[in-house]
Amino acid sequence: MKHHTETKTQPKNTIQNPPTPPPKKIFQTHTNRPSNPKTPSWNDFNSSLVISSASKFTEAGTIVTGKPLASIISAGMSKFGRLDGVYARELFVEAVKDAYERCPNLEPKKDIKALIVGQMGESFEHQGHTGPTMADWVGLTPIPTIRTEAACSSSAVALRTGIMAIMSGLHDVVMVGGVEKMTHRKTTDVTEYLAMACDYPFEQWQGATFPGLFAMVGRAHMHKYGTTEKQMALVAVKNHRHGAMNPKAHMQKEICLEDVLSSRVVAWPLKLYDCSLVTDGASCLVLTKPDIATKFTDTPVHIIGSGQASDTIGLYERENLTNLDAGRLAGQEAYKMAGVKPEDIDVAEVHDCFTIAEIVAYEDLGFCPRGKGGCLIEEGQTGLDGMIAVNTSGGLKAKGHPVGATGAAQAYEIYLQLTEQAGKRQVKGAETGMTHNIGGLGATGVVNIYKRG
Amino acid sequence: MRHMSELQPFTIESFYKFVNEGKLMAAKCSKCGKVIFPPRPACPKCLSQNLSWIHIADECKLLTYTIIHVSSKDFESKVPYVLGIVKFAEAGQLLGMIQDIEPSRLKIGMPLKVHFDKTSTTATTVSPQTAQQWPQWPRYYFKPA
Repeated sequence: MKHHTETKTQPKNTIQNPPTPPPKKIFQTHTNRPSNPKTPSWNDFNSSLVISSASKFTEAGTIVTGKPLASIISAGMSKFGRLDGVYARELFVEAVKDAYERCPNLEPKKDIKALIVGQMGESFEHQGHTGPTMADWVGLTPIPTIRTEAACSSSAVALRTGIMAIMSGLHDVVMVGGVEKMTHRKTTDVTEYLAMACDYPFEQWQGATFPGLFAMVGRAHMHKYGTTEKQMALVAVKNHRHGAMNPKAHMQKEICLEDVLSSRVVAWPLKLYDCSLVTDGASCLVLTKPDIATKFTDTPVHIIGSGQASDTIGLYERENLTNLDAGRLAGQEAYKMAGVKPEDIDVAEVHDCFTIAEIVAYEDLGFCPRGKGGCLIEEGQTGLDGMIAVNTSGGLKAKGHPVGATGAAQAYEIYLQLTEQAGKRQVKGAETGMTHNIGGLGATGVVNIYKRG
Repeated sequence: MRHMSELQPFTIESFYKFVNEGKLMAAKCSKCGKVIFPPRPACPKCLSQNLSWIHIADECKLLTYTIIHVSSKDFESKVPYVLGIVKFAEAGQLLGMIQDIEPSRLKIGMPLKVHFDKTSTTATTVSPQTAQQWPQWPRYYFKPA
């Protein structure tokens, strides 16, 4: 078992966080990654799917093609952080340059046929009409552009829209991405703008904030399953540990359990260190048709499953307050389309806007049984050496959460992991990856599954 | 005489108009019987617009809660405050502030009662700049039953 090595990587000055014997192992076995991984062949992948025809729809309406939906040939990300004196469009240039440098065979002006970019709010910079703005700044005018908005999952929806553009055959190569500039605004303004992603007349109007709504999910989870504040805090400790290995992360600093538990309360049970960061940043991916991906790179990453679902805009209306169904349903669809199971996932970026959200995501994605998310983090199963490495980038918690850029930034991390470019935080031999991005209070959920090409 | 639904459309604006009068009102679907609370112009279950207004009793129970310490600017003067989601016996759930209770006494499942505080409407809870703007809705609160 790998999970005990987790504690060895703790900083020496950790006040507490002893390796408490976990109550009971949820997972007794898991798929060991090959120590000397071979690049999976195309046939390996095909044979794992039970497909009789080239393309068909299942009863549930999930399209199962038996081949990748689209392939990532490059990805880029700006530095994430508090970046004063920079405009969103300028951050996007940084992300795009990063992607171009990783893919010298790409001739952007000739090859890229459309730009789809996610951004949540015009209020931050008093700037709308993001699509053409970004295209112009990266020299892609006059290609068509689309801006997608789905709160914190805006660029996961951009990615999914890009997949659709490729699958439809309309474009051979598209760029998708996301951007947000937030830190120049006051905290109360940011709180108000972000709250726009939850219901206005029945939530914001009655005093709800984003952390407050997630805190209510957390409180309900504690009540129903016995999840503890300590378990939530351990998510923050883990993600900061990963973030410290990511040179582009907003916070590259390890923290200990006591730091989280003693930080000031934002919306009980959530403390300051349970919350993701207000961050500036941009991210992008270049997608193409799988059959021409190797024209651009020897190491494409294939997107083999994609799911998206919606839920009520208001949390207050839901019968189930302990999980986020849109994420769960998106996951189910993606698994089905990809023909893989939770235990096949080696590395995942999940939506940890608040620590409780990562615990809920474990359950919604089937990494553990319902109600056992707290135990999974406590056992150390989601660290770099665990059963499944979750949020190796540092997640929204430590890498930062420029809301519109987050979805594509998650895919960027998985791209790095599956092409062995993740440096110190590389998950050895990772072959299958996942991104899970939630918009608002889970009113949008987007899950994608990726495979090394 | 005109039907009541013609006088009072099944909108959020109507919901708050009733709150201003100190009552919670829901839409009841005449086709499938679903009680839609808060009301909507069409039944989300069967899409029928054949609706009628019914009164919702103000007893409810607490499903979950939080204590807000960092608020948006309209609520800065109120922190810390307790916010909860409550469930009504007949149908529907609402989110709102819970007043007159020590946080340590909050218990999931506890009975609460809706209160309509006439003094806490828009004018006193929003900043002067926004007070003249949309919306002009009252607020409701929950207190121990």
